[in-house]
Amino acid sequence: MVSAVARGSVWDVAAEVTDPEMPMLTLADLGVLRGVEAHDDGSVVVTITPTYAGCPALEAMRDDLRARLAEAGHHDVEVRTTLSPPWTTDFLTDEGRRKLAEAGVAPPAHVGPRSIGPVPLTLAPPAARVACPRCGSADTEVLSRFGPTACTALRRCRACREPFEHMKDI
Amino acid sequence: MNAVDTEDNVYDALAAADHDGRWAHGAGFDETVVEVTAPAPEGVDVGDLATYCLMLADDALVASHRLSEWATHAPELEEEVALANIALDLLGQARVLLSRAGHLGAAARFRTPTTATQLADEDVLAYFRDDRFFRNVTLAETDLGDFGRTTAWMLVYSSWRLALMTRLRGSADPVLAAVAAKAVPELSYQREYAAGWLLRLGDGTELSHARAQAGLEDVWPFVEELFLTHPVEARLVAAGVAVDPAALRADVDSDLAQVLPAATLTRPERPAVGLVGGRGGRDGVHTEALGRVLAVMQSLARAHPDATW
Repeated sequence: MVSAVARGSVWDVAAEVTDPEMPMLTLADLGVLRGVEAHDDGSVVVTITPTYAGCPALEAMRDDLRARLAEAGHHDVEVRTTLSPPWTTDFLTDEGRRKLAEAGVAPPAHVGPRSIGPVPLTLAPPAARVACPRCGSADTEVLSRFGPTACTALRRCRACREPFEHMKDI
Repeated sequence: MNAVDTEDNVYDALAAADHDGRWAHGAGFDETVVEVTAPAPEGVDVGDLATYCLMLADDALVASHRLSEWATHAPELEEEVALANIALDLLGQARVLLSRAGHLGAAARFRTPTTATQLADEDVLAYFRDDRFFRNVTLAETDLGDFGRTTAWMLVYSSWRLALMTRLRGSADPVLAAVAAKAVPELSYQREYAAGWLLRLGDGTELSHARAQAGLEDVWPFVEELFLTHPVEARLVAAGVAVDPAALRADVDSDLAQVLPAATLTRPERPAVGLVGGRGGRDGVHTEALGRVLAVMQSLARAHPDATW
């Protein structure tokens, strides 16, 4: 027998595990925790989804989940990965966005429903304005489209001259 | 194993994690991606589906390896990070597709008695397959040369793979559909990166223009193969599983028609590299470049198949 998502107990333990590359976010904030099943025989199945298909943090998440659940007395833990529906930055919670900004990382914009048709190629710089997480100015520019983790880009504020990370809208 | 009192020391925590005896060269364990174990859609030939998964996996795996060759060699730190990130995205696609091919039976024949540990299907397929069993298009294996050529290569490759993955989201196979849905935003980001650099190089200095144009000329002979329909693909298109490569030409042409003039580059007119007796990369007939890629990628794992850490 499977008792569905056991919120309030096992779920809370799994939800509090933090992202290995963005430790200000929990897996629940990031929106990658898809399900927690507690079985009658004491086993636990946790389902997570990768942010990017090749995200190397996934393995660390798996180990951290096992370790934290073991601390809470759950020793028979299986961590599964699901690809569907694909994670987008729209899965990031409002709480997660607030924590990112507080830590100096500009949160992603809400992208909304994705087109199912061909993706147009735009050569002009993206129109979306990213506000500086330090001084709030909207006058910022891209330094590098790829950053130190799979999900961030590097930007600089033209007003306060500070560089900062931006979680890419994807 | 005791994970309770390891919070203060990251090394203790690593030692306590479930890593003992992990294979040294690859994933070392079967990722439990839940979609991978789904049965093949009804009426679809399992061998064909496994082969198609290998085709799309090898396109990504070999291209990913080529891009990773830029590590420590890129012109700027930012570009090194970018190329490594793109390589990682492609590797992520390859791993799921190889696992799917393995689940459908494609890995069994490549398991050898020398591999004492129970290797994951994706590792067996990546490390213990000879070049004639790789199904990638030859564009994926070609030498990326300088940064100009890499940029031209990446625009063609990402434009083509994006067009393919965009359509594959509707595949009757749940794994292909899930991989495609995940890949579309990543590839679209890669295409923008490549287009942005091609604009800067093409419409830059005399030297950067010359090298971008030369890179495009070098890549061009491998483009035609991208649009050839292999019999396996044709059968799976009919079953609603695969995308017909012939249908992708218009999308790639449209991207090139947008980028090349803006970059003051000229569309090459070089002839295509021909197939050998009607056979190309999709049949395991490759250029000599793939042998060099695999020599680097596979030799350590083959020399020490039982190494663990």
